[in-house]
Amino acid sequence: MPYDVNGTAVEHDEEGYITNLSEWTKDLAGVIAKAENIDMNEEHWEVVNFLRDYYDEYQIAPAVRVLIKAVSKSMGPEKGNNKYMYELFPYGPAKQACKIAGLPKPTGCV
Amino acid sequence: MADTKKFLYVNRKAPYGTIYALESLEVVLIGAAFEQDVSLAFLDDGVFQLTKGQKTDGIGMKNFSATFRALGDYDVNKFYVEKESLEERGLTEADLQEITYEDENDDWAEKPSIRFVTRAEMADIMSEQDVVLSF
Repeated sequence: MPYDVNGTAVEHDEEGYITNLSEWTKDLAGVIAKAENIDMNEEHWEVVNFLRDYYDEYQIAPAVRVLIKAVSKSMGPEKGNNKYMYELFPYGPAKQACKIAGLPKPTGCV
Repeated sequence: MADTKKFLYVNRKAPYGTIYALESLEVVLIGAAFEQDVSLAFLDDGVFQLTKGQKTDGIGMKNFSATFRALGDYDVNKFYVEKESLEERGLTEADLQEITYEDENDDWAEKPSIRFVTRAEMADIMSEQDVVLSF
């Protein structure tokens, strides 16, 4: 079933990643997060926005190891570590946060 | 790691028109997770993959040339570009985008990833590898 964003249907693949990356909106992010059982707060948004910027610049969703290294560099080691990121996104920061950010599944992520 | 092997990904084709260049990049990204010693080689039309200012709007393809700049984060920082291939296509080093990585053994200093080599040097580089994958 497509995501329902205030009455507008947004298609996704069988794992929940949206099909057309240009359909992403903040409202849609909220809908995807809800489906993932994540209550979006400022910390979540910080990572999601970071991922969107990363994709904008490099045209890929980073692998989790690379994401954590990059977050550590830009937001500090207290956020760029496994524990912090997995607390925010229990099913995998790269996987879940990328889904919410409207990016494709990270390459090499099974 | 004891079992580290030297992998060389050889890129010989132009970036768009066939799927080879994009597939090669995908394999590099997947392979990077296994912490091997990875190098990339660009020769023949493959040198076009690194040109700057690529615009793909008109052909409905993703401009994946930006992704090469992310490879430093994946510890992939040896891009060997063959000088003769550039010259034969009327390209110079200045036509290629700048790609850098941060050297963790040198206080994270930014260093260029692209190294320009002659055809003879490229042959030596290939013969040093454990695995050569050609795209």
